[in-house]
Amino acid sequence: MATQTISQTTSTSAAGSRRLAAGGAAMLLGSALLFLVGFAPLPAVHNAAHDTRHSAAFPCH
Amino acid sequence: MLRETLLSAGIAGLFAALVLTVAQLVWISPLILQAETYEDAAEAAPVAHTHNDEAHEHSHEHADEHGVMANVEHEPENAHEHHHDADEWKPDNGWQRISFTLVSNIVMGVGYALVLVGIYTLWQRPRGIGQGLLFGLAGFAVFFAAPGLGLPPELPGTEAAALAARQQWWVGTAIATAIGLGLLFAQKNWLLRAAGVAVLVAPHVIGAPHLATEASLAPETLQTHFRVATTVCNAAFWLLLGAISALASQKFSRQQPFAS
Repeated sequence: MATQTISQTTSTSAAGSRRLAAGGAAMLLGSALLFLVGFAPLPAVHNAAHDTRHSAAFPCH
Repeated sequence: MLRETLLSAGIAGLFAALVLTVAQLVWISPLILQAETYEDAAEAAPVAHTHNDEAHEHSHEHADEHGVMANVEHEPENAHEHHHDADEWKPDNGWQRISFTLVSNIVMGVGYALVLVGIYTLWQRPRGIGQGLLFGLAGFAVFFAAPGLGLPPELPGTEAAALAARQQWWVGTAIATAIGLGLLFAQKNWLLRAAGVAVLVAPHVIGAPHLATEASLAPETLQTHFRVATTVCNAAFWLLLGAISALASQKFSRQQPFAS
């Protein structure tokens, strides 16, 4: 009985940390992509993404 | 778990970006190109007129002879943009520029979708398409409407405050709006809700960085038209992103077929 409770708790917390890792990784990766397309100061990146930056109201120029 | 999250975000971001690109090509890009004609004219003005006239004659001759070559011949004129060096790379007008805009939109779409689906994974998955639309609406408020209240979408050729200051205000406003909406709508305690309202309002009380006078080369009617077009297109993009990401994350989550 006690063992079962412990293993349940362990699996719940394992699932919880997997969830935390997946959600955190997704948000980090998403933020990196948004930085690249909306904020990266490199002139070539700015020019390639120019119309997207204007349309999406990222501060431009 | 990670696989499902990435898959949902990829599908939602890609689809919303494709729709946004079509809307952009039909409605927004013509306005940007129109604004750039004012920008080009302003930059050409200080240069001796004879030079410009020669350039025009030159390009028209080639346009008559070679048709498609016309754009290439116009390029040296466009290369004089105020904020760019003449030798800086930028896509040629036409298919090259459209392709880069499509790729940029996909990167942006997938980026926003990852943030949205990341929140589903960390906090709460939307139950069905209706809640997905609400998440999309929140995304529109956080990443377009709230920053746009202080720094409205601007056409090329508009004077503005220092870029770094505007970028900092933009990011700060987006984060504050996300926290504010979270406190206001996801908390029951009225004190926390009041704090949410305060956090929502704070960036606008501080105020976005602006110059004392901000001249725009494009006429005011074109600016207004651009703001309406970008607002409508971004709202559609976000609603679509919310709806598709909700459906996709529901479908790909094997552990909970329908959000518990």
